[in-house]
Amino acid sequence: MINAGHSTIAHLWVYLHTQPLLWLAATLAAYACGATLHQRAGGNPLVNAVAIATALLVSVLVGTGTSYATYFEGAQFVHFLLGPATVALAVPMFRNRHVLARAALPILAALLAGSITAAASAVAIAWAFGATRQTILSLAPKSVTTPIAMGISEHIGGSPSLTAVLVMMTGIFGAIIVRPVLNAIGVKDWRARGFAAGMAAHGLGTARAFQVDQVAGTFAGIAVGLNGIATAVLVPLLVTFF
Amino acid sequence: MILAVLSLLLCQLLGEVVSQTWALPVPGPVLGMVLLAGLLVWRGRLNSDIARAADFLLGHLSLFFVPAAVGVMANGARIARECVPICVAILVSTVLTIIVSALVFQAVMRAMGRDEQP
Repeated sequence: MINAGHSTIAHLWVYLHTQPLLWLAATLAAYACGATLHQRAGGNPLVNAVAIATALLVSVLVGTGTSYATYFEGAQFVHFLLGPATVALAVPMFRNRHVLARAALPILAALLAGSITAAASAVAIAWAFGATRQTILSLAPKSVTTPIAMGISEHIGGSPSLTAVLVMMTGIFGAIIVRPVLNAIGVKDWRARGFAAGMAAHGLGTARAFQVDQVAGTFAGIAVGLNGIATAVLVPLLVTFF
Repeated sequence: MILAVLSLLLCQLLGEVVSQTWALPVPGPVLGMVLLAGLLVWRGRLNSDIARAADFLLGHLSLFFVPAAVGVMANGARIARECVPICVAILVSTVLTIIVSALVFQAVMRAMGRDEQP
């Protein structure tokens, strides 16, 4: 009986673990765990839902010998929603259009300074610490939202899949650190705070900003879109110096 | 609600078409965002269904990044090998970017004499 039960489970596993359903459900479950822990911790940014969900999923996948490609068969449905969510950023922009219009000049100045800083400092530091050329190139668009960053990386000879991971590391770290850093330098304006969060930590910085303040979230969303465009123009120019 | 979701997808689709046709470095969803913002400004009002769909998506924005983050397992070896340059670059550069963007934004705002919160 035990054997029969075991082989049924084994059979079920063999069937399910290649099905999109299992990994789609696992992605939502892992994120629900992360989000619950984040809430229990009183919204502490150190207890990051994406980082927790990623750690849980990676341990399950490695533990069960499942490849990333198999996992992605299911997870792609969640991944797909990044596109419509990016389009949806137009809605808070529209709601705050008068605030945005008045801040056009600071937005452009911070965009230029921020996108140059993000790309140039990452490239210079990685080079100084002896990273390989492909890693340096993959790091250059790290502060930009994933689809743009992967496109830029491919264009300049980096590795798009490595870039996707570096972008996520940047976003998670940025979402954790953005509030303490802004408090430390004494910037209180929600527009400036949100814009900085979006410039440094793309969509994850934006998600973090929306948790704190609607205006901050809107400016973060603007920063993500503009930084994507600016970096796509800037990084190919920057790497010609390397 | 279906029409609202369709509007978002159509904006993305048009953005994709423009991006692919002219081989632009800017991806489709970002062009879709610009298009939707333009349409909303042109109409001068926001349909409540579109607002609901957008608020739902943006309320769960960080969930959508999980599948890409799990990609860390496919690049584990290289990241482990170059852990120091990668980590130092990301940590220092991210903090620098936050500081520079926020201070420049604030400085220009003050120079314009519009320092007050909206």
